[in-house]
Amino acid sequence: MSLAITERLARGRRPRSGGVIAASAVLVVLALAAVVPRLFTGIDPLETEIANALAAPSLAHPFGTDQSGRDVFSRVVYGAQHSLFIGFAATILALVAGLIVGTISGLAPRAIDTVLSRIIDVLMAFPEFLLALLLIAILGPGESSIVVAIAAASMPVYARVTRVQVLVVRRSGYVRAARIIGVPPLVSVLRHVVPNTLGPLLVMATIGFGTAIASAAGLSFLGLGTTPPEPEWGLILSEGRNFLGTAWWIAVFPGLAVTATVIATTVVGRRLLARRAGRTS
Amino acid sequence: MSVVKVSDLRIEFDGVTVVDGVSFAVAPGECLAIVGESGSGKTLTAQSLLGLVPDGATVSTAELTIDGVDARAFSETQWRGVRGSRIALISQDALVALDPLRRVGREVTEAIEVRERTSRAVLDDRAVALLADVAVPEPSLRARQYPHELSGGLRQRALIASGLAAGPALLVADEPTTALDATVQARILDLLRELKRSGLALLLVSHDLSVVASLADRIAVMQNGAIVEEADAATLLSSPQHPYTRALLAAVPGERTPAVPTGGVVLEATSLTKSYRGPSRSTRVAVDDVSLQLRAGTTLGIVGESGSGKSTLARLLMAVETADRGDVVLAGEPWSALREAARRGRRHRIQLIEQDPLSSFDPRLSVARILAEAIERTDTPTRERAARAVELLESVGLTAAHLGRRPHQLSGGQRQRVAIARALALRPDVLVCDEPVSALDVSVQAQVLALLDDLQRRTGLSMVFISHDLAVIRAMSDEIAVMRDGRVVESGPAADVLGAPQHPFTVELLASTGI
Repeated sequence: MSLAITERLARGRRPRSGGVIAASAVLVVLALAAVVPRLFTGIDPLETEIANALAAPSLAHPFGTDQSGRDVFSRVVYGAQHSLFIGFAATILALVAGLIVGTISGLAPRAIDTVLSRIIDVLMAFPEFLLALLLIAILGPGESSIVVAIAAASMPVYARVTRVQVLVVRRSGYVRAARIIGVPPLVSVLRHVVPNTLGPLLVMATIGFGTAIASAAGLSFLGLGTTPPEPEWGLILSEGRNFLGTAWWIAVFPGLAVTATVIATTVVGRRLLARRAGRTS
Repeated sequence: MSVVKVSDLRIEFDGVTVVDGVSFAVAPGECLAIVGESGSGKTLTAQSLLGLVPDGATVSTAELTIDGVDARAFSETQWRGVRGSRIALISQDALVALDPLRRVGREVTEAIEVRERTSRAVLDDRAVALLADVAVPEPSLRARQYPHELSGGLRQRALIASGLAAGPALLVADEPTTALDATVQARILDLLRELKRSGLALLLVSHDLSVVASLADRIAVMQNGAIVEEADAATLLSSPQHPYTRALLAAVPGERTPAVPTGGVVLEATSLTKSYRGPSRSTRVAVDDVSLQLRAGTTLGIVGESGSGKSTLARLLMAVETADRGDVVLAGEPWSALREAARRGRRHRIQLIEQDPLSSFDPRLSVARILAEAIERTDTPTRERAARAVELLESVGLTAAHLGRRPHQLSGGQRQRVAIARALALRPDVLVCDEPVSALDVSVQAQVLALLDDLQRRTGLSMVFISHDLAVIRAMSDEIAVMRDGRVVESGPAADVLGAPQHPFTVELLASTGI
């Protein structure tokens, strides 16, 4: 009875499968654009053509051209490389760091756990973006700084979830069963605790990936990340904001790219979350 | 005239028929019991009498009359008029059924409150009177308490009182005593018997034939959504016609043929004591000065009610918890006194079977990997490990086909068999079974008990068998220890403890089990 009810709840929370398919398709297209941008456009994103500056979208330039006559479509396609790389690298870094800190916190004696937990509390008290800004102020601008800053700012969430998950798994019946069989503690941690902790974290990371891309665009928009004239969504947006009145297409298309990426990763992430919930209950 | 009469009741979920052509009637002062295992459709049948079938179900019946009125086309408003005042439902778990934020007295009179405009003072008096009717001691104190402050038995009484508040003609009781200890269960059944005598019609829904046997006038046995046999209680119990009824009756654990000891004492506990810190600096003694001896090849049964310290004792014997005092000696060598690192090499000698095997399996692993983890602890050569896994599964009545399954894809009985196979993989001297069959249906329960018994006789396994159920203990044990409040109040050979009990608690336990 209760099983049927939780199953129904899980089903209700799940986004429509059509949406999930569309979101997955968006992610595949983005990944392709990042890896082989030539597949989508033959135009060099850095090639200027002053005579044709600020041209409205047309067949030759589907997203129009910017103030230097560069093709906006090509810049958005090539921009995927930068944005996705920053988002991916930052998420992986945050995940690994969070996993290490959280696992230590969950397994260590209480004194060490308390110190780590309070540090995480302090970090979590700051908004992620503010913390990233603070770190960039220390590290100096640049793409690698952005990666480190975003990773460090989102790490506390992963650390906290890992810690709770480790505590739950550590006290679980199957870890005790392994102990009764005679499995040594370290083997038990690697075989049972870490893998069972990883599941929910990977799902979180999918959603976190979208947020990291949005943060990266935000920081680049402020001129703290990718250096011009390299195309990066946040940077293109920032360059286009002065021309919003006359050439809306420069800012709108990279903006749409960021939005589509964040929505797509969130939809897929939530679907994974719902599937996990359905499987464990 | 019948209070309620149903014919050809059918309930479907997404095209799957879960109740298939059920018919019955209940008259005032009569008790009909519907008996069946989980998934037989008995609860849905009971709920349909109150118009409470879950969403997504399609109900059709040829006849459904309540007090002679056709209820098939009742609107939700009309059903609300019936619920509580004509037919009341009490469910298994009183803690869930009572609102935790409302005092017991208000919960009891809720059915009156929603129907009559009555002053609070009058309702309070009614609550006390109703609680007194169901023999709750100190009713005026209890009415002012919250559900969590009452014991399980008192909560169930309060729930019955709330069911009776609006004076129903029929009480539908869905597993009313399943969550309760045996002695409490007996008292609740006495109360229901009193109510029946006063003219109330009772519909009792249970998985346990032995519980309903003493109370029911008629028994209907349900299997896969249909009533396979219905007869008056005495006839059905003495000469069951349908094979399923016979199987259910046979599943009630029988007598024990004593096992022959194969050696001396294999497990010995001396003065084990363990206390936990309770609220506000109090300490609660969970296990109090318990000494036990288990002889090789035999079974020591430990029986006690919930909170008696049985499970803590099991954890102390397994040395996964450290005793405050006392020690455990395994096969003549120190066990509880060892450091964990030293103990690890000897852990294979004593294994544990728990009530809920699902939680003892890593949810990511298949049955093959679960068994492999245990097998690789032994000196079985790598190339023979796969064959050993199959051999183990076959020894517990499963097949190689189960190797690829994950725990959640198995039934409760199959899971318990896998847990037993994993324990046997280590070739233990001692198996500690903590309520190993309490979560299983009776027929599955009988199979698992038979398996454990068979393993003991074939391999000379020694067992500590812990249960709240005296019937199960009787079927399995050579020696019995009775626990209460953390202490062993009586122990000795099974025949002595069951045949000539010395302690009043043992006597009460025996009386409530009806052995």
